[in-house]
Amino acid sequence: MNTLTNTLGQTLGRAGGVNLLPLIVAAAAFGLIGAPSSWLTLTVAGLAMGMMLFLMASGLSLVFGLMDVLNFGHSAFVSFGAFISATVLAGLGGWLAADSWMLNALALAAAYLAAISFGLVAGWFFETVIIRPVYRDHLRQILITIGAMIVAEQTILAFWGGTPLSVARPQFLEGSWIIGDVSIEIYRAFAFALGAVVFVMLYFMLNRTRIGLLIRAGVENREMVESLGFRVDRLFIGVFMLGSALAALGGAMWAGYETLITPALGGELMIVVFIVVIIGGLGSIEGTLLGAILVGLMTNYIGFLAPKLALASNMILMVAILLWRPNGLRPAIK
Amino acid sequence: MTLLTIRNMKTDIDQYVVLHDISFDVPEGGVFVLLGRNGAGKTTTLRSIMGLWKPSPGSVLFKGEDITGLHTADIARKGIAYVPENMGIFGTLTVDENLILATASGRFDPARLARIHALFPALEQFRDKQAWSLSGGQKQMLSVARAIIEPRALILIDEPTKGLAPSIVDAMAEAFREIAQTTTILLVEQNFTFARSLGRDMAVIDDGRVAHSGSMEDFAADTALQDRLLSLSA
Amino acid sequence: MQNTTRNAGAYTIKGIVLIIAALLLFAPFLFQDVRSLEVAARICIFIVLVASFDLLIGYTGIVSFAHTMFFGFGAYGAAILLKEMGPGWTPVILGGLAGVAVSMVFAVAIGLLSLRVKAIFFAMITLAAASVVLVLASQLSQITGGEDGITYRGPDLFKTATKLVTDEDGKVIRLWGVKLNGKLAAYYFVFITSLILFLAMLRFVGSPFGTVLKAIRENEARAEAIGYRVVAYRTAVFCLSAAVASLAGTVYAVWLKYTGPATTLSFAIMIDILLMVVIGGMGTMWGAVIGAVLMILAQYYLRDLMGVASEALAGVPVLPELLAPDRWLFWLGIIFILLVYFFPKGIAGTAMSGGAKQ
Repeated sequence: MNTLTNTLGQTLGRAGGVNLLPLIVAAAAFGLIGAPSSWLTLTVAGLAMGMMLFLMASGLSLVFGLMDVLNFGHSAFVSFGAFISATVLAGLGGWLAADSWMLNALALAAAYLAAISFGLVAGWFFETVIIRPVYRDHLRQILITIGAMIVAEQTILAFWGGTPLSVARPQFLEGSWIIGDVSIEIYRAFAFALGAVVFVMLYFMLNRTRIGLLIRAGVENREMVESLGFRVDRLFIGVFMLGSALAALGGAMWAGYETLITPALGGELMIVVFIVVIIGGLGSIEGTLLGAILVGLMTNYIGFLAPKLALASNMILMVAILLWRPNGLRPAIK
Repeated sequence: MTLLTIRNMKTDIDQYVVLHDISFDVPEGGVFVLLGRNGAGKTTTLRSIMGLWKPSPGSVLFKGEDITGLHTADIARKGIAYVPENMGIFGTLTVDENLILATASGRFDPARLARIHALFPALEQFRDKQAWSLSGGQKQMLSVARAIIEPRALILIDEPTKGLAPSIVDAMAEAFREIAQTTTILLVEQNFTFARSLGRDMAVIDDGRVAHSGSMEDFAADTALQDRLLSLSA
Repeated sequence: MQNTTRNAGAYTIKGIVLIIAALLLFAPFLFQDVRSLEVAARICIFIVLVASFDLLIGYTGIVSFAHTMFFGFGAYGAAILLKEMGPGWTPVILGGLAGVAVSMVFAVAIGLLSLRVKAIFFAMITLAAASVVLVLASQLSQITGGEDGITYRGPDLFKTATKLVTDEDGKVIRLWGVKLNGKLAAYYFVFITSLILFLAMLRFVGSPFGTVLKAIRENEARAEAIGYRVVAYRTAVFCLSAAVASLAGTVYAVWLKYTGPATTLSFAIMIDILLMVVIGGMGTMWGAVIGAVLMILAQYYLRDLMGVASEALAGVPVLPELLAPDRWLFWLGIIFILLVYFFPKGIAGTAMSGGAKQ
């Protein structure tokens, strides 16, 4: 019995190990759903959702890996990203409605840039004012970031009110591609592609640049990086700002995906983002991507098969994975 | 000339006083050995010099300049390198990445790299391997190499021979002798034979205090003193 | 000198708690309106809820976001049975026991799964678990009544129409102007059960078990080295705290005669608990009393004040929005952050240690 699981494990390991999990989930779902066209639509939706979740979660994961800081207020960046981009898009309604995809794209780019810039500035503020004084004190860290989250959520309520806000989409991302009897929403394909581009950029930054080298080394052993003469705390501000900007971008993309947003959005996504980083393992973007794709696919498949169990299924997935690997699928080596 | 001066250093970790009162001088050049029993405070002394623990009160002077309380990274930039007991290797990075990280410019100086490869040929052979896959001795070599990839005035090395095979210990001693010609080494060591073969000056730390300091030659001759300060039974 | 100020502070805090207890004991006679009695009962229940949370955060140093989940288990246990079986004591007792049982199962599972890893994992996992339960409670409407919750009748003794003491004519007797009716009985049911639970917890933290907990909180590695099984201790406290929260939920369900996601499971209540324990002072038990009283009074009465301020500032941009009664959490959040920075021991802890930042 034991040897059997061992050989099974080895075969799996050679074929890509835990990276195969999304494929296994997709294959299982194919069997359960039956209809290939519905399955394909759901898979695309799952991948798109996974990529957006990846953007929201990657910063949280890296920040934790580098400084052992977990920001419970991270969802505030997601919410602000969503609301700011929605406001910019509403302001540029003329460009969006114009019959030129150039103007459409410009409006979208402006909205995303606004969200990203906010994320950078807010991230800097958050790191220096809120988190810096409570390094290495987990209890106070959790409390302070929760406090910050409350304040941020209330600020959104004060500025945008509690009623749902509808989000304009650029013309060229509306509608679906119909291939045979499969329909693929263009916005989903776009979200997936944009997320994938960001992942590749992040991957290159981490694996091909000096800054990336420092970050990876810092995640493994912060003291040693400092002993070699580098200020990890300054590096950390940069990573924190980057993570906040990515979360804001994820929120902006999510706003277009949902088309109707409420201030509760950040809090709701927060849970999913936590599940993603716990499943993936904290500190590595590959792990975060894996967790995000798994959660995205699960949410969509189960949402189709048994709608009421969608969130619970993620919870069950998380428990199962934690029982199997207590530190998540691909944690950074500590 | 004195390179490093430590005066009345006291270090607390949480609520425990680990170092009570440490004072000694490390002259420039050669190997200075810190001896002492397990738990005497040798590692804490190195970490306090490096700024990884903050000593208070007390002072650390490096080349006559007070570096007490500086950030670890700034202390490193003054020209002090640290080879910790656990070697502090970045396991997910390759051997070359470990080394290039330690350079200030992000580029190898070919001459220094050649010198390192001459000292530790294994590091050239496995340059693209991830560091976690190296043997214990090779990891130790990498850790030392990382400390000398940039010109440094002082290297703090914590128990480099721990758990190494005798042949590797000999190679390590050879390398240290070569390094000590250009750089001062402050070595913490349990292996007295190894320490005696390298050390010029020495100090013994006992229970967070300096119990003895002087030349290695005198200390090696005085077996009664060795018994009193280092034997496990005492 | 230090010692005398410390003692003086401790006596002051204990004195205040005694006064609060006395006020709560005579609340129906002192504040003779429906809203005040509502506030008093809520304070009683939240004191228990917050104190049981303090067992975790203050005495063990672990942060759980699942406390409302356990509160909800107790409340829904009683609510569902009262709805199905009709009014009576049997459904209350059975529901309370069922709530405790379910809470125990969850607490053991979560504890063993995540207490051995980092504290931060525990916080995230409890948050995830609690939100899943919240979503399930609002979706499984056949059982839980969904978003609308469940309305039911409590035991007959607590009906307003029940006459506890009557005169010769069969009319309910008034004592100091207060009708001795079922409503009064219901309030004293809440008061006495809360008092018993609180005293039990007070007894617990003074026991040898409580001492071990403090040792673990002070220095986990050392406690482990001495031979305490830290995970086992933490799981045990987590279970105890869950059981008390669940019982508090049952009592609240009986008092309110309504149970829904908003009154028991919501994240807003979790935040309230967190604020109360931090404001009052972690790790003191007395802090739970002070925090709960202050926060609930603020919830009921500060909002009125903010409404006035908001109207006064009409015309100024954004400010009226921030001062609107609904935005009171905004200010509380800021106060909360400042408290965690400057007075991490809260009101009771700061007073008892004789100054800030000990």
